[in-house]
Amino acid sequence: MKYLHLIVKNLLRKKFRTFLTIGSFIVALFLFGLLNTIETAFNQVDLAGANRLVIRNKVSIIQPLPYSYRDQLKQIDGVDEVTYFVWFGGIYQDRKNFFPNFGVDPETALLVYPEYLIPDDQFEAFKSDRQGCIVGRDLVKRFGWKIGDRVPLEGTIWGGTWEFNVRAIYDVASKDMSSNEFWFHYDYLEERRPFFKGTVGWYGLTIDDPGQAVQVAEAIDNRFANSPWETKTETEKAFLTGWANQMGNIKLLILSIGAVVFFTLLLVTGNTMAISVRERTGEFAVLKTVGFTDRAVLSLIIAESICVAAVGGAIGLILAKAFTLRGDPTGGMLSVFNLPTSDIVTGFVLALTVGLVSGIIPGSYAMRMKVVDALRRV
Amino acid sequence: MVRVDCSGGECHISVRDLDKKYYRGHEVIDVLRGLNLDVEEGEYIAFMGPSGSGKTTLLNLIGGLDTPTAGTVKIAGVEIGTLTSRKLTAWRAQNVGFVFQLYNLIPVLSAYQNVQLPLLLTNLSGTERRKHVETALDLVGLLDRQDHYPGQLSGGEEQRVAIARAIVADPSLLLCDEPTGDLDRETGNEILEILRRLSKDFGKTVLMVTHDPKAADIADSLLHLEKGVLVEAMAKGPVS
Repeated sequence: MKYLHLIVKNLLRKKFRTFLTIGSFIVALFLFGLLNTIETAFNQVDLAGANRLVIRNKVSIIQPLPYSYRDQLKQIDGVDEVTYFVWFGGIYQDRKNFFPNFGVDPETALLVYPEYLIPDDQFEAFKSDRQGCIVGRDLVKRFGWKIGDRVPLEGTIWGGTWEFNVRAIYDVASKDMSSNEFWFHYDYLEERRPFFKGTVGWYGLTIDDPGQAVQVAEAIDNRFANSPWETKTETEKAFLTGWANQMGNIKLLILSIGAVVFFTLLLVTGNTMAISVRERTGEFAVLKTVGFTDRAVLSLIIAESICVAAVGGAIGLILAKAFTLRGDPTGGMLSVFNLPTSDIVTGFVLALTVGLVSGIIPGSYAMRMKVVDALRRV
Repeated sequence: MVRVDCSGGECHISVRDLDKKYYRGHEVIDVLRGLNLDVEEGEYIAFMGPSGSGKTTLLNLIGGLDTPTAGTVKIAGVEIGTLTSRKLTAWRAQNVGFVFQLYNLIPVLSAYQNVQLPLLLTNLSGTERRKHVETALDLVGLLDRQDHYPGQLSGGEEQRVAIARAIVADPSLLLCDEPTGDLDRETGNEILEILRRLSKDFGKTVLMVTHDPKAADIADSLLHLEKGVLVEAMAKGPVS
């Protein structure tokens, strides 16, 4: 602590330069926070149920599967509950109001996806209303809906205006999950749509033993092999990864951008520290003269760069977190918009590492500097 | 050989066969050549000589800031050439105070904080450090300016702060490299008077490099260096 005033005074001697360096950390860590938030939104793999499989058409997710597969799936060994979904692609008022909306089976959806938390009375009301719908808490906040409201969606696949009654609102079991989905009765969809009748988009099912996931998946795909509707069965984790990869390798993209940002930050900070140390060559010589060891001088310089990194990094991450708390700015394109604590910690450690590395090179120069040579330059 | 002989017992500073060479490409520059010197504790020695004669180099070698090419430097019985870099730094912090021509204060630190610098390396408490710093500043007459920054002080005041920094850890040896070189006559005399008091009243051994004969007059002995050799001595003590 007795060296703290020395560190602070040195940092404040060129206030504008220090401010700019801290500013570069703020921008970099804010960007890091946002990139990780987006990566989290596209990578919900960690939230996948370990005991769930997803079955889709082998050709593509946009190709349907027969509704009749449902009963056959239930007969396969190891399969517990089966449910199904149809992507509806409805628009509420304006295209920018995007949110996922599906036709679901009211009887089985929650058996397979129990993490959707719905009050019993609301769920019963939904089941008994053919035009009923379940909406997520995020949608309620976003559009101001309440139980009993009538919500029209414009069909993009099957056309026309589809009217729904809000009968239930769901919450989610984890803060890392989104609650921006819109569920309605598969039967309502089935009776009105002019084509793809008797089909579903994909099946979701639970299995008795997660350790048998591969075997069960193989059994399902073998069952429907060489049929007009061949299946591709995978764990929910693999399914979500594939879904995210439709957008490209988001993780790699974000990792690449992050690496470039941090490398640039390292160069900027390293250059700033190098200039700062060079300007103070004589002062470091004096410190050594009065008894500061080479290591003490190195430590002082590293402490300065780490202080800059810590302040800038903390501010950047706080701003990023605050930004995410305001909610998804894309209007529902991102399923979750949350900066996880683990990413905040990672970001802060990265910032400190950049601070450490950028201080080491100029610090080593000052450490190795001979006092007589430095004094001669004063 | 030119030397200031000790009157008896072990000398405070004992330099033997000191050589210092610098290498510039293939050129070898002999800065000091076989220099011998003894200095008693509490003595005030002035070194004069033309530029490049090796005065500052001699001071740096005695203060452990530089290493000799050959020869030994013994201070208070410690042969400093045998110390590791770390031990030498610690030894220097306890035993040697430096005063430079250009003061070399740290501009972002107040007078108090500049003087306190050598004490940060010790185990002294904050209260003890304050006591030492105030004593040192009082001794140079700047206690009332302790919160002022170098930029707010005159040249003479800055040099007094530098002297306070040099003596705050109570070293036995003060090495002064042209301490009045950047000051006017009157201010320079004030600095010389402080150095004389430190030698006479507090028993500090003072070695001072100067180009000013009047500054040298105040010393107990005046030694001339030329081309790395002590060529002439005017001392009040025995010289051989």
